[in-house]
Amino acid sequence: MITTQRILTPEMVASIEALAPRYPNRRALTLPALHIVNEELRYVPYEAVVEVAQLLGLAPAEVQDTLSFYQFFPQDKPSGETRAWVCRSISCALRGGEEILDHICHAAGIDPYGTTADGTLTVEPAECLGACDFAPCMLAGKTLHKNLTKESAEAFVRDARAGKSS
Amino acid sequence: MTTFQPVLLEAVGVAGSHTLASYRSRGGYAPLERMLKEKQPTDVIELVKASGLRGRGGAGFPTGLKWTFLPKDHPGPIYLCINADESEPGTFNNRILMEDDPHQVIEGIILSAYATRATTAYLYLRYEYPQSWDRLQGAIDEAYAAGLLGKNIQGSGFSLDLYLHRGAAAYICGEETGLIESLEGKRAWPRIKPPFPAIEGLFRKPTVVNNIETMACVAQIARRGVDWFRSIGVPSDPNNPRDPGSYGPKLYCLSGHVERPGCYEAPLGITARQLIDGQGGGVWKGRKAKAVIPGGISMGLLTEAELDTPLDFAGPGKVGCLGLGTAAVVVIDETVSIVDFLHNSCRFFAHESCGQCTPCREGTAWSLRMLERIRAGKGRLKDLELLAEIGNTMGMMPGSTICGLADGAAWPIKNAIKKFRGEFEDYIKRTNPSGWMVTDPVPALPIVAAH
Repeated sequence: MITTQRILTPEMVASIEALAPRYPNRRALTLPALHIVNEELRYVPYEAVVEVAQLLGLAPAEVQDTLSFYQFFPQDKPSGETRAWVCRSISCALRGGEEILDHICHAAGIDPYGTTADGTLTVEPAECLGACDFAPCMLAGKTLHKNLTKESAEAFVRDARAGKSS
Repeated sequence: MTTFQPVLLEAVGVAGSHTLASYRSRGGYAPLERMLKEKQPTDVIELVKASGLRGRGGAGFPTGLKWTFLPKDHPGPIYLCINADESEPGTFNNRILMEDDPHQVIEGIILSAYATRATTAYLYLRYEYPQSWDRLQGAIDEAYAAGLLGKNIQGSGFSLDLYLHRGAAAYICGEETGLIESLEGKRAWPRIKPPFPAIEGLFRKPTVVNNIETMACVAQIARRGVDWFRSIGVPSDPNNPRDPGSYGPKLYCLSGHVERPGCYEAPLGITARQLIDGQGGGVWKGRKAKAVIPGGISMGLLTEAELDTPLDFAGPGKVGCLGLGTAAVVVIDETVSIVDFLHNSCRFFAHESCGQCTPCREGTAWSLRMLERIRAGKGRLKDLELLAEIGNTMGMMPGSTICGLADGAAWPIKNAIKKFRGEFEDYIKRTNPSGWMVTDPVPALPIVAAH
């Protein structure tokens, strides 16, 4: 296989290798490696899957099999700079979570799972975020947005699109 | 009831509660240091067995007994996995413990590793808890620096490494063998048991998988003793020699239509009504409850008339629920359509079925398609029979699946249709006046919201 440019940077490889002593085999590094790539690139293109497989001594199909199971790592194009998960499970749904998801998508001009054309924001429905005491809630990057209202949801979209969100 | 002092949650709201200094000031780690000096691993197992502690993750299996299933004098490594995947809708008690008092959890982990002779522990944390990750990693770093983790802990000769491992947003990773497969870098397909993890688990080695709250309970049992733990909760039924009882404090997560949602600590056996009216401040807006989830969505539903059910390990089962589960109590008020509730539940399980077993993969998706059709005004009374049939045929109990996810998917269906059948029938007749009586096969609507 001829690779013109490698996806995994030396820094990513070093981060992955730093975790290797924790596990008795290298396959267990699969999820940590995918997270490391995804945090840098906001997606894990198939070329990166091949490189992770080479690094871990696995077949690309083994890494791809794991990756595809979780439906968490985008492969076609990067997520928006802010990736937001809006909870729609029962505790949030009872307090308007579905409507919040609608508001946010409407304000951003996208469908669920969509990314704004300027690449600033991706919005996805989430199953229970484990913050039912703050329903309806949303996780955006590493920030938990609590007790959302239509107003705070729209303010979040404005901030995210202006690059002011997490 | 006399005033109950929270123990597991004693640090919640205290400034700096997540630090080692705060935990030490509350008496933390002193029991661990005493145990490492004075007790053998088997003593710790006996302590936890004598306490009657049952796993807090959902299944309620006696923790000490689980530990004894490990092979004796095993020459190779034994692994301890801490299940912090949570994810059951309505459940957030582990998040509170990890964020507000991570050292309590870590002390329990070290004690449990000592008891099981594990020298490596992996804490599998769901992706959705970045704050818990930061708090735990900070606490682990502090513990290493203080000689509470690593080689030769406190000069005892016992060594333990504790690593965080991040999930990727899949509910099935909370199933213990799904968690193990995920940790090994594979898709999180649960394993056929036996062999149970205690014999062949992570990396094919003997493994114990315990929940976060269980670890916190172990730390408190070490600190306060067996008598304290057994003075709380519901004793075992003297007429049932197989009932291990429901001892100790429990974290109840209260959410949905209550005035004060939150995580509350109470003795096992508090009733749903006491919890909702007491800690929860009642059903919101002065309304009445239509139904209440007793312990996470997969446990089914209590009706208003069943709210005096004690929420111990045996209580919810007596009124047809699957069990206590995670003790996540979700209140659904009288304005909610039970059809909408069941649609939400079916959508969750259709999304989260891992796809390994056909009855679950197809059954959860089929039930969602039927609920979508019913909500679109094309339901038939026959659909209720079909839904009940799905509910009765998928799961470990009917013997058609490898793990219990399908039982958890089936229970809300079975409970909702049995306990609220009249409402379903009225809804179907009202929304489909010309077709509700049809029994011919009908095409499903295209599914729009499963993924």
